[in-house]
Amino acid sequence: MPPDLEPEPTAAPLAFELPLKGREEASGWGRRLLIAAVLAWFAILILVPGAALVRQAFAKGWQPLAAALIDPEVRRVFALSLGLAAVATAVNTVFGIAMALVLVRQRFFGRTLIDGVVDLPFAVSPIVAGLMLIVLYGPESPIGGWLDARGIQVIYALPGMVLATTFVTVPFVVRELAPILRELGEEYEQAAHTLGAGRWRTFWSVTLPSIRWGVAYGVTLTVGRCLGEFGAVLVVSGNVIGQTQTATLYIADGVESFHPEGAYAASLVLAAASFVLLVGMDALRHRLEGAREVTS
Amino acid sequence: MSVGPFVDVDAGPSRARPAAGPSVAFHHHRGAWPPPRVEAWRPEDGREEKNVAIEVRGLSKKYGSFQAVNDVSFEVESGKLVALLGPSGSGKSTILRTIAGLESADSGSVMLTGEDATDLPVQQRGVGFVFQHYALFRHMTIRDNIGFGLKIRGVPRAEARRRVDELLDLIQLGGYANRYPSQLSGGQRQRVALARALAPRPKVLLLDEPFGALDAKVRDELRTWLRRLHDEVHVTSLFVTHDQREAFEVSDQIVVLAEGRVRQIGPPQTLYEQPADPFVAGFLGAINVLPLRSLKAGSVGGGPEEWLDMPPAEHAEAYVRPHDLDVFAARDGKPYWPARVERITPLGGVVRLDLRIAPEHPLYIEVPRDRSNGVGFATGDEVYVCPRHINIYDRVRGSFDPVDVHRAIGLSLESGAGI
Repeated sequence: MPPDLEPEPTAAPLAFELPLKGREEASGWGRRLLIAAVLAWFAILILVPGAALVRQAFAKGWQPLAAALIDPEVRRVFALSLGLAAVATAVNTVFGIAMALVLVRQRFFGRTLIDGVVDLPFAVSPIVAGLMLIVLYGPESPIGGWLDARGIQVIYALPGMVLATTFVTVPFVVRELAPILRELGEEYEQAAHTLGAGRWRTFWSVTLPSIRWGVAYGVTLTVGRCLGEFGAVLVVSGNVIGQTQTATLYIADGVESFHPEGAYAASLVLAAASFVLLVGMDALRHRLEGAREVTS
Repeated sequence: MSVGPFVDVDAGPSRARPAAGPSVAFHHHRGAWPPPRVEAWRPEDGREEKNVAIEVRGLSKKYGSFQAVNDVSFEVESGKLVALLGPSGSGKSTILRTIAGLESADSGSVMLTGEDATDLPVQQRGVGFVFQHYALFRHMTIRDNIGFGLKIRGVPRAEARRRVDELLDLIQLGGYANRYPSQLSGGQRQRVALARALAPRPKVLLLDEPFGALDAKVRDELRTWLRRLHDEVHVTSLFVTHDQREAFEVSDQIVVLAEGRVRQIGPPQTLYEQPADPFVAGFLGAINVLPLRSLKAGSVGGGPEEWLDMPPAEHAEAYVRPHDLDVFAARDGKPYWPARVERITPLGGVVRLDLRIAPEHPLYIEVPRDRSNGVGFATGDEVYVCPRHINIYDRVRGSFDPVDVHRAIGLSLESGAGI
């Protein structure tokens, strides 16, 4: 720059700096306010109730809590809840993957209808879902009567509870995978085909690894929802203590009647399990993805 | 009127043949590739002179009511690099995907190295396919990506490893074996995709707009690189492009497509010099479309009605390449269009002149800088534009005939036409 074109070197920058500085500060405050609001909201909704539960569970120290958890009844209800979750999650993972593949990849009559109806179990109240099963499989219904005559009891027994839990958790894997599959497109699979891989091989070595984190999140949500399921299971199980009582039903019973310590302890375990599940999944993913970035 | 971007085909063969320096890297690995098919130079009984690797016969495909491919037939000679060139919607990708078996045609047949592949599933066709967006498996390392086809075919581990190393060297990414696709640039990814397709030694290599997703500079480099690679590897390759410059630079043969039909097949230079119809003329390189009737008779040779077999009809148009036009400040006896200079644009080595011969007839030509310096045109000048070579398109008859103007004038003078 020629020297005669630089008059008053200090005046110009100052004129620029002042309004900029003011704006920056305002936006900084706005940002802090937003963060504070989010944190407060998070605390009010999640942190404080969580802390209250923990405090209540430990109100009388370790011993009552430990005693409540050792109680064979508590262990039995958790075993039942975990078993239900395992079966429902396994079924919904396999069918969820298949359903997502079909909904995204195939064009057929009624596809849009099914696409919409997949969300129904999520939208419908679980109690209504349970009622549907009772109407369908109850002892008075034709199907229920037919099964009953052959010694298979669905309602007020394990099969009904598996059905109810499975029904309520249908959408999670499908909804998690559909957008991922859509975004992924078919080129990867076609590339595998041109390299000689058949459909099954392509699914295992290309499709599934590409969507594995979607599957993992879908499974996490499904497991969480299964463990927490209350309404539908309440309706179909009949809540027979010592037989068809799950962890959530046990907690409800405990709060209403005779052993609140057990209810607090069970609640704490359920909440902790969900927390560990979600955070653990996230941590695992970060670790694996991070490891891949480092490999070079 | 100019159609399409200008291509400087006259500036010497732009085809990149392996230069002494950069191609050295390929020579190390030459022995690793299958030798060119023996039959190619030893025809069994003289009947089959050339070896056809891909043969497409009467291919048609409809999407709903849209005729994507309409009775397309062509063949690709073994070891050649051929371009399927056409604007979007011309059906070129559909044809390529049908050859690969990724799509099925409504009718027609596909032969691959002499075998009918029409009903074969993709997996058994033995084709290598390169996608526009690479389609590398994101969860696999570069090594695993390239080795995927070998693993599927059950190639022993040690042999597969050797083959992958060979290909990594070929694509000059030797140190990248354990990286993931996300850690590579677009150009590198496309090279990996190419290596992955080549690894199982396919009968033919099919490339769907292979450079379409890359930026201009990388595209140019990769184009040259692909041509050099092909000169080394000799695998029969068919690639789809909408970029006529790409087709010119890379291919031995071009199949020009429009609206699902083959318009012309031939070597790039032939298509440029002898286009079969106005579409090919306009699509391959720039061309001016000018009214033949307004071509004024010069003192030598008279007007076109004197040196054409058939006098030009009202609906006849002259298609002239920008470099087939001379521009003069004064008449020199040849037939000419009077024009006015509208704009002069220096473009480095050449100068582009935008002219107008009538309100609805703009044209442009490019003249070497040194020549335009001598003439010294200015905007608004009246000039005379003389064609050397034109194609005459008769809308009614549908004919498209080339005319060498100088030769035609000479012949008509010899046969006693008046001056």
